[in-house]
Amino acid sequence: MASRGGVDVDDPGVRVARHPTVSGPTIKAVMAVLLASLLSACSQPANSPYPPAPPGQSVLYSAFEERPKHLDPARSYSENEYVYLGNIYEPPLQYHYLKRPYTLEPQTAAAMPTVRYYDGAGRPLPADAPAKAIAVSEYEIRIRPGVRYQPHPCFARTPEGKPRYVPIRADELAAMDSFQDFTETGTRELTAEDFVYQIRRLANPRVQSPILGLMADYIVGLGDLAKALGQAAKAQPKDAYLDLNAFAFKGAYSVDRYTYRVRIQGKYPQFLYWLAMPFFAPVPEEAERFYRQPGMAEKNFSLDWQPVGTGAYYLAENDPNRVMVLARNPHYHDDFYPAEGDPGDREAGLLDDAGRRLPMVDKVVYSLEKEDVPYWNKFLQGYYDASGVSSDSFDQAIRMNADGQPDLTPDMRERGIQLSTAARPSLNYMGFNMLDPVVGGNGEAARKLRQALSIAVDYEEFISIFLNGRGIPGQGPIPPGIFGHREGTQGINPVIFRPDCGAGEPACGKFKRRPLEDAKKLLAEAGYPDGRDARTGQPLTLYFDTMASGPEAKSRMDWFRKQFAKLGIQLVIRATDYNRFQDKMLKGSEQLFEWGWNADYPDPENFLFLLYGPNKKVGAGGENAANYQNPEFDRLFEQMKDMDNGPERQAVIDRMVELVRQDAPWLFAFHPKSFGLRHGWVKNAKPNLMAHNLLKYRRVDPAAREAYQARWNQPALLPVFVMVALLAALVWPAVTAYRRRMRSRATDGI
Amino acid sequence: MLNYLLRRVLYAIPILLGVNLLTFALFFMVNTPDDMARIHLGAKHVTPEAITRWKTEHGYDKPLFLNDQAPGPGAVTDTLFVEKSLKLFALDFGPADDGRDIAREIKTRMWPSLAIALPTFLVGLLAYLSFALLLVFFRGTALDTAGVVLCVALMSVSGLFYVIGGQYLMGKLWHWFPISGYQPGLEAWKFLLMPVLVSLVAGIGDSARFYRALFVEEIGKDYVRTARAKGLSELRVLFRHVLGNAMIPILTGVVVVIPRLFLGSLIIESFFGIPGLGSYTIDAIQAQDFAIVRSMVFLGSVLYIVGLVLTDLSYTLVDPRVRLE
Repeated sequence: MASRGGVDVDDPGVRVARHPTVSGPTIKAVMAVLLASLLSACSQPANSPYPPAPPGQSVLYSAFEERPKHLDPARSYSENEYVYLGNIYEPPLQYHYLKRPYTLEPQTAAAMPTVRYYDGAGRPLPADAPAKAIAVSEYEIRIRPGVRYQPHPCFARTPEGKPRYVPIRADELAAMDSFQDFTETGTRELTAEDFVYQIRRLANPRVQSPILGLMADYIVGLGDLAKALGQAAKAQPKDAYLDLNAFAFKGAYSVDRYTYRVRIQGKYPQFLYWLAMPFFAPVPEEAERFYRQPGMAEKNFSLDWQPVGTGAYYLAENDPNRVMVLARNPHYHDDFYPAEGDPGDREAGLLDDAGRRLPMVDKVVYSLEKEDVPYWNKFLQGYYDASGVSSDSFDQAIRMNADGQPDLTPDMRERGIQLSTAARPSLNYMGFNMLDPVVGGNGEAARKLRQALSIAVDYEEFISIFLNGRGIPGQGPIPPGIFGHREGTQGINPVIFRPDCGAGEPACGKFKRRPLEDAKKLLAEAGYPDGRDARTGQPLTLYFDTMASGPEAKSRMDWFRKQFAKLGIQLVIRATDYNRFQDKMLKGSEQLFEWGWNADYPDPENFLFLLYGPNKKVGAGGENAANYQNPEFDRLFEQMKDMDNGPERQAVIDRMVELVRQDAPWLFAFHPKSFGLRHGWVKNAKPNLMAHNLLKYRRVDPAAREAYQARWNQPALLPVFVMVALLAALVWPAVTAYRRRMRSRATDGI
Repeated sequence: MLNYLLRRVLYAIPILLGVNLLTFALFFMVNTPDDMARIHLGAKHVTPEAITRWKTEHGYDKPLFLNDQAPGPGAVTDTLFVEKSLKLFALDFGPADDGRDIAREIKTRMWPSLAIALPTFLVGLLAYLSFALLLVFFRGTALDTAGVVLCVALMSVSGLFYVIGGQYLMGKLWHWFPISGYQPGLEAWKFLLMPVLVSLVAGIGDSARFYRALFVEEIGKDYVRTARAKGLSELRVLFRHVLGNAMIPILTGVVVVIPRLFLGSLIIESFFGIPGLGSYTIDAIQAQDFAIVRSMVFLGSVLYIVGLVLTDLSYTLVDPRVRLE
């Protein structure tokens, strides 16, 4: 289906661009624009950074700090890129917006995927077959019919039904300056083959997907496909089209127009979570054929830069130096606001829009804002709808109430600003290199040394000083909100904390760090009484590798030194850059280090695998940076990863957590808390830290915003008068002196 | 003059080669291609195979300076240095490591940089020279002393203070201008006024003081006394004769920066959200994008050399005694 030039005036993506010539009408047009510019300046506050939105259009204003590097769903793996991609591309599954714990539900899939298991000989196995017997898991995903892609030139057709821009004439391409110069666009229905094509793209050496290494271990034949494509790519020019469908691949295939299957080696239930990430979103082959034409890359026309999706929005303006604009996809399929949520959601007004058609915002404008100060000030002026809370603005925005809970300051309340907080599914930790002869190993002495340090480093104080209370002390490797995390007294790490409940409240969930004496006792038992080696009498010196440097990091490092000094241990800080740090970690030449992990998906496996022995950093290049290896933990991990959530899995996780608490390969520092502020005119802003497609649920009240902006941004005229008066006071004596000198005669002074 | 220009162009070639070599050596002394790959591939699930693939795809899989495996001249030409450097001399910058075309980026980003730099330069030059000449006119009086004290005070304050102070007063407190941002076309004026004003105020201290020192030296010369004796007005003496004769040191400092106006200002652009070239290089260094770094350093060197040649040419315009041979 092709649409010809400028058919939809509300759709900047398909607007016709014409090249004006310098003539009478052009001058008139320039004058008109100038006049319009002045008039618009009068119709809104003088300091408004935006052109006025068309009447009746609902626009959300936000900012980005760092320009996105990649917008290819097979390649992008960064939060700041998912802000756009999550709303443009639609994987088969998504997270329910309101329900907690995080729950998967179909997005472009018609229903949740079904799975069938097969043994090594290809015979079907029952659903409850033991994981070891399963050679292949086959996921079948049925997609929704009638889903259509955004308007895009790769779908444009000539009246004869041929692709309009494939092949494109060199002179036609040469005349194009921006993506909007492709005046003809089209769309087509989403098919199962598009999902299969995207899985093939993960193996394309030109795409460089960051999950190829990981997925090659799971998706049948993906590694072999990558090798074959690698060889084929070498034999071709760099910008030539590589026909991925010409290569054999048994890992994914379509059954019919709306059904496809993915074959996984062994059992891997976490694969469902991957199906909610942009890596598995559909990409049409037409897009690759369109972008892989000679001359396209030189114009920055690539799938890595101009996405083609079925999501609620499409990228209408892509100027990462200034602004990124998402506009409502005119072909977006039926999608409705959820009708059920968590307890309290209805009272919070989060179900007021239940059943309403999505998306509710027409356009989302992201402006580049590199510095915190202008960002914060523009938020206070009403020009950004939401803001985080930086350290600089924390005291202005947040105060702690009598219960120690964060609350808004009166100034923020008066402005109608709302605060949302949520524990991030992340963990920051200080790790011990378990290969190190002093702090590592499974020996009793080293374990006691690590336990002593775990008690001595007071992360509650750290959270209070350096994070303004925006963190939860870590009790184990699994963050709150993820299955396996224990709340209350059950969740307390007995090696470091003890319950702090009154007589009448035996399981209150409060806890207190063990006294320093306990740490000193453990240290003495480890062979370092008062921080000195009992054999040599030399003070114990430990080395801490960190990427933190600069004045801001200094106070933090001083604090760490003080914590270790409480036990008489000297801490030497080895600040280094990212690359040197990575090198040291790969070689295992560090002793202590700090690191963190953000969940890819809300499953305990995504955190516990960070301590799984075969996943060690040294030798295997895995994510187990501490190089921790405990045979019992490894055995339990292999058992746990294939289990369904339930009491049995919880029991296994409890034992694994207990093991790492005792072995203490990490100091479980803290789980960061996310603080978000938004103006009262922004509705449906419940934090959901796993989902990336939240824009479609947002609603704004433009009239309220306009009224507040006008009230908060009255220009001050008094300073103009004061400045003019000051200038006059300066100029007047100068003018007088000049006149006097010019009238004076040479003999005046005699 | 043609011989002179040709000679300068020929001199420029070894200079640019040297700059290129130095940039290359410094960059790769700090970063190996493996480091660059790791930065670009992110923190999660980075395998040695992924690093090898990235290097192959971006042409960083060759030796830096000498290729033992290549036969004949290939030992030198089939290296990273030659592959990445030679094209620069044809101003073919190629793609950045994130895949975007650098020349296109430069073409797009130089206009916002110019939109700030050009008015700041022109208005600033006019204002600073006029202010300095006025101070010279009132030399020895309380006005001159007050002006010099003001200049010293202004030049003692960090440039960042003017930026933050300007944003606070004119943007936040008085609501005159947007605090930051940019719109292309005619809408740009309201985003440019504040940064231009801030740049002008930030530069007035040291510039006016420098020019005043030049003019004070000139004002005691015989030709000034002659001009006054002929009955010329003081303004005519200052703005025509004194300014004209002080042009050589002024041009030395001014003309050389003209070509580099394209490159923009890092602090101003960063704080005011102007999408110019100023922050492009710093962003590239942070992202370890060698392709952009070498291109911008090369471009900076070329523009500096052009600036020096223009300076020499400008001397012939203001002083007929100067001949370029």
